[in-house]
Amino acid sequence: MGAGATPAIEVRDLETQIDTKLGLIKAVDGVAFTVDPGETLGIVGESGSGKSITALSLLRLVPRPAARIVGGEVILDGEDLLRKSEAEMRKIRGRHISMILQDPQTSLNPVFSIGAQVVEAIAMHAKGSRDSLLKRAIEALRHVRVADPARRVDDFPHQMSGGMKQRVVGAIALGSSPRVLIADEPTTALDVTIQAQYLRLLKDIQAETGLAIIFITHDFGVVARMCDKVAVMYAGRVVEYGPVREIFVNPAHPYTRALLKSVPTIEEDVERLYSIRGQPPAFWDMPRGCRFEPRCDVALPHCKQDYPPEFTDPGSGKTRHCASCWALEETEWTRNRS
Amino acid sequence: MKRYLIIRLFQSLLAMLAISMIAFVLSHLSGSPVDAMLPDDAGPEEAERLIRLWGLDRPYHEQYLVFLGNALQGNLGDSIKWSGQTAMGLVLDRLPATLQLGGFAIIVSTIIALPIGVLAAVYKDSPFDSFGKLIALLGQAMPNFWLGIVLIWVFAVTLNWFPTSGRGGLANMILPAIAMGWFQVAALMRLTRSAMLEVLDSEYVKLARIKGVPEWRVVWVHAFRNAAIVPLTYFGLIAGSIFTGSVVIETVFAWPGTGLLAIDAIRGRDFPVVQAVVLTFAGVFILANLIVDTLYAYLDPRIRYR
Ligand SMILES: Nc1ncnc2c1ncn2[C@@H]1O[C@H](COP(=O)(O)OP(=O)(O)OP(=O)(O)O)[C@@H](O)[C@H]1O
Ligand code: SF4
Ligand SMILES: [Mg+2]
Repeated sequence: MGAGATPAIEVRDLETQIDTKLGLIKAVDGVAFTVDPGETLGIVGESGSGKSITALSLLRLVPRPAARIVGGEVILDGEDLLRKSEAEMRKIRGRHISMILQDPQTSLNPVFSIGAQVVEAIAMHAKGSRDSLLKRAIEALRHVRVADPARRVDDFPHQMSGGMKQRVVGAIALGSSPRVLIADEPTTALDVTIQAQYLRLLKDIQAETGLAIIFITHDFGVVARMCDKVAVMYAGRVVEYGPVREIFVNPAHPYTRALLKSVPTIEEDVERLYSIRGQPPAFWDMPRGCRFEPRCDVALPHCKQDYPPEFTDPGSGKTRHCASCWALEETEWTRNRS
Repeated sequence: MKRYLIIRLFQSLLAMLAISMIAFVLSHLSGSPVDAMLPDDAGPEEAERLIRLWGLDRPYHEQYLVFLGNALQGNLGDSIKWSGQTAMGLVLDRLPATLQLGGFAIIVSTIIALPIGVLAAVYKDSPFDSFGKLIALLGQAMPNFWLGIVLIWVFAVTLNWFPTSGRGGLANMILPAIAMGWFQVAALMRLTRSAMLEVLDSEYVKLARIKGVPEWRVVWVHAFRNAAIVPLTYFGLIAGSIFTGSVVIETVFAWPGTGLLAIDAIRGRDFPVVQAVVLTFAGVFILANLIVDTLYAYLDPRIRYR
């Protein structure tokens, strides 16, 4: 960590349980990361690895009544959000941490005007006359580059394109100038050009405001473009964590390497696309040892027995590069005490 | 919005026209409508008068136009059973009583069903939800006439809390309104509950929570405004079932409305009155649906701005 820089958000040992039909599962199992102001953390991992539940846990908005945060800390401004009352959390949501959801088509309330929805986001954390709130809402829409925002405030969601709606969602999420923004696959539903514009927009806003962004995605291309560091999630745990360059150039965990191999490049056609064999383990039937072991090409005999400890690259700089894999025992990487 | 409403209005008129045609055809089914419209003991000169009045010696399409013209002026012939009264006059005399009871039943069912439906969704799988399910199950399992009789027996005859029958103030309306409305409460409640469950699970409700919107506002503003569209579509149907219900309930409770009139008219083979009842019910039903469609457009901007 740089001298004196306090992280915008710090997550330690986060654990979230979900009571599913098939039993109690730990969808988030000891996740930890920090994000500094102006920094972007990417969270990648296959479907079902717990990325969204992690994100919702930070806001204390996990699906009720099935899910429950059972452990860890989420530190914001030196205070643990997991110890706050629901009333205190309401003042934090939108104001300090906010979130953009995946599908712009369903993220906006169909029966309220765009203006009303942005105004509400601002009014939750600020006082003011209707006029001044509306002015701020128009500014927020202008900020996310909605053209002619003074007129669009009277529009309803169904009158807008998907890309435009996602900008409105952005205006809602950023309306009260939060310091941390979680973006859960915000561009998956958009087509490619619109996607690029949207990512550009987030980058520009971040440069302007020093926003800390947690960016959830499947797409390593997006990670390369957007993120400063990456957390790779597998079966509810972070298996590798580090600066984005390190993760791309020097991936340490076999799962990360497999994910990187499955990234399509322009030259490769889909036929030859590498995909990781097998399925992630079922949460209700978690292996005792390494959760990736059944799919791992380099598994060692004791991988089945014990969950691998975390190892750190001794050459790591400010952002540590670490991974949980037994294979690192034989390298110069140092084992973290846990 | 304007276009939508004009289209709906036009459709309503068309529906009314179609119903008038059906009524016209029905009156001809049993041979000459003269037989249907006159008492059995009427003389030939009376038949002559009727034939001239309704143009029954002219071709069918002209007959229909005469019928339509008369109907538009509220003239559907004279009652057979209640001599000296017009069919329409009888119906209009009785209509307020039916609308009073039916309106009361609708309002009370709505006031009861919507909050229970919403709360049952919010507190899904709680004891409250089970209680709601029980109410719904009972409402849908008990036929309204049977419920009416049981209510009279328990609350009017045995406990003596309410009058057994007849039209009057609030006390007179309570038992028939329960008998008429319980089924509606059940249906409305279940619709509201399932609509709320779906909406509460939606992304925009999630986004509202992310903004920091308090939970009561999430439920009653963000979710309910959307969920309400579903039970509202059902209101048109309720308006209809209130009339069919009125035939049974007004008989059980001796409530002097159009439903009771319809039964008496059918028993007395009073065709003009039955026809007047049917056309009036159809008219009110179509009007109720027009109102529902207007409210619908008001609630749902996707319709308003099409
Ligand atoms: N409401 C819920 N009820 C029960 N189980 C849930 C619920 N939401 C998520 N889960 C389970 O929790 C686990 C993690 O889900 P999560 O949505 O966080 O995955 P994800 O990494 O975001 O996947 P995706 O990339 O598909 O969005 C999954 O196994 C999922 O089945
Ligand atoms: S711990 Fe063993 S099984 Fe797991 S990823 Fe490393 S080598 Fe493979
Ligand atoms: Mg997800």
